[in-house]
Amino acid sequence: MATKGEELKAIREKVLQMGPERHRKRVKEQGKLLCRERLQMLLDPDPVIEDYLLANCLEEELAADGVVTVLGKINGRDVAVMANDFTVKAGSWGERTVEKIVRLQETAMKLRIPIIYLVDSAGIRITDQIFVFPGRRHAGRIFHLQALMSGMIPQICVLCGPSAAGGAYMPTFCDIIIMVDKIGSMYLGSPRLAEVTIGEKVSLEEMGGSRMHCSVSGLGDVFVETEEEALQMVKDYLSYFPQHCFEKPPVYEPAEPEKPIDDIEKVIPENQNVPFDMYEVIWRIIDKGSWFEMKKLWAQEVITGFARLNGKPIGIIANQPKVKGGVLFVDSADKACRFIRLCDAFNIPLLYLCDVPGFMIGSKVEREGILRHGAKMLYAVSEATVPKVSVIVRKAYGAGLYAMCGPSHEPDACLALPTAMVAVMGPEAAVNAVYYNKIMELKDPKEQMKFRMEKQEEYKKDVDIYKLAANLIVEDMVEPHELRKELIKRFLFYENKPRELRYPKRHGVMQV
Amino acid sequence: MAEVACPMAGVVAEVKVQPGDSIEPGQELLILESMKMMIPFQSETNGVVKEVKVNVGDFVNEGDVVLIVE
Repeated sequence: MATKGEELKAIREKVLQMGPERHRKRVKEQGKLLCRERLQMLLDPDPVIEDYLLANCLEEELAADGVVTVLGKINGRDVAVMANDFTVKAGSWGERTVEKIVRLQETAMKLRIPIIYLVDSAGIRITDQIFVFPGRRHAGRIFHLQALMSGMIPQICVLCGPSAAGGAYMPTFCDIIIMVDKIGSMYLGSPRLAEVTIGEKVSLEEMGGSRMHCSVSGLGDVFVETEEEALQMVKDYLSYFPQHCFEKPPVYEPAEPEKPIDDIEKVIPENQNVPFDMYEVIWRIIDKGSWFEMKKLWAQEVITGFARLNGKPIGIIANQPKVKGGVLFVDSADKACRFIRLCDAFNIPLLYLCDVPGFMIGSKVEREGILRHGAKMLYAVSEATVPKVSVIVRKAYGAGLYAMCGPSHEPDACLALPTAMVAVMGPEAAVNAVYYNKIMELKDPKEQMKFRMEKQEEYKKDVDIYKLAANLIVEDMVEPHELRKELIKRFLFYENKPRELRYPKRHGVMQV
Repeated sequence: MAEVACPMAGVVAEVKVQPGDSIEPGQELLILESMKMMIPFQSETNGVVKEVKVNVGDFVNEGDVVLIVE
């Protein structure tokens, strides 16, 4: 006869097998990992603590009630992890599932450690709804706690399955959503619901697939092909982050940039109107092997990513002149705003690389609320109190200067490369605006052109970058090949800047 | 057959392809004058140009169809 100890062991082992064989097989057929395999890949082998393994253990086929909640380590750092088990009722949320998630969240807050959600769930178990949906410690509390935790501890979501209906809010409250191609999805209403309710016929991929969210809705931050890649991304992402908002981010071994900075002048054309690839500047500044890009496939006219500068994490916001001329649109403003707030919440210094003709104009974008979205970005730039340096790589026109943390927005330093041009607007537009009547009087196109050119040259002289430096507008001008060295030096001076709350208030009222 | 939409508002400064041309990702399709800059607009797909819907000097809004590609 089995001893009491053996009996417990047998029950635990059964739970560790997860849901019934047929469901495990189905998950494998879908090309997905089992939830415990995911955890194994993500976490250091030891130590791991799993609470409530025995949740619902008196029921058949409800192993751990469909969610695994553990404390473990990633590269030696404590983390809390929730993993939905799709082999148990399609990872749906029952009464104990929800309570387990809530308790894990409370633990993560108490211990001030990052929380990771490996999401693969069909949503609430409708049959159990009064025990899951409406109450004080029910599903709503998961989102409530997520909102409270936001900016306190890193919250990371991997979508390695569906995240449906109300449950789809779980990823949205995270700092980052990593989506796996073909298997990850999130949507408020499923295609089936859409067909029945509003008559729309649409595929799951179009409705809420990984590629759609990472390139169209802008909700997905990182698009990956496989689950293995996704879990590696979690580790990479965490390498830029502290455990919580009162800590500094971790420091790594410094590395030289991937490309030599000596030829940086070659990649930045002097003619303000000729596009170039801003990545070529980034690869010449940051430590080799240290790039983690957020929302890479969305609003590509602005680049947002984490990097290391001499071993220390920074967040880079860079205009990309190669895409839409680097003009800021509603989506790019949103993208930058969110990234700036993420960095500011977790003490990650900000580096702005500016080459911006301004915010887009025209009836299309006005109707989309370009002012509202632009204000959001400007708000985040003002709000951030981490060390911040802006580099005017080339043009900084109009409100673009402010949006890229120009002098008025309290950067610790605003630096200019010799190619910099700071002005309310570019010379062509300015001459047109000031001399429109005069140009029209001239009639002869050749005369007009000659006049324009003269006035543009005058204008360029008036906003000459040396004139701005002479008037203390920028802290310094930097020889391009000295840029990395200069940034390293400056961030060292600024890194211990105290970050008290600046003005006593609850919170501002940001445009959204 | 696919419609290629303009990524931003502006005036067509140059059309760099004509019907029958094969195009590939990264290839410049047209140059747009917008925000006082000449902004190249590149193809995201492979295909053959079937129809060019715009002329030099036309104002195109974001989302307007500029090319039909097969």
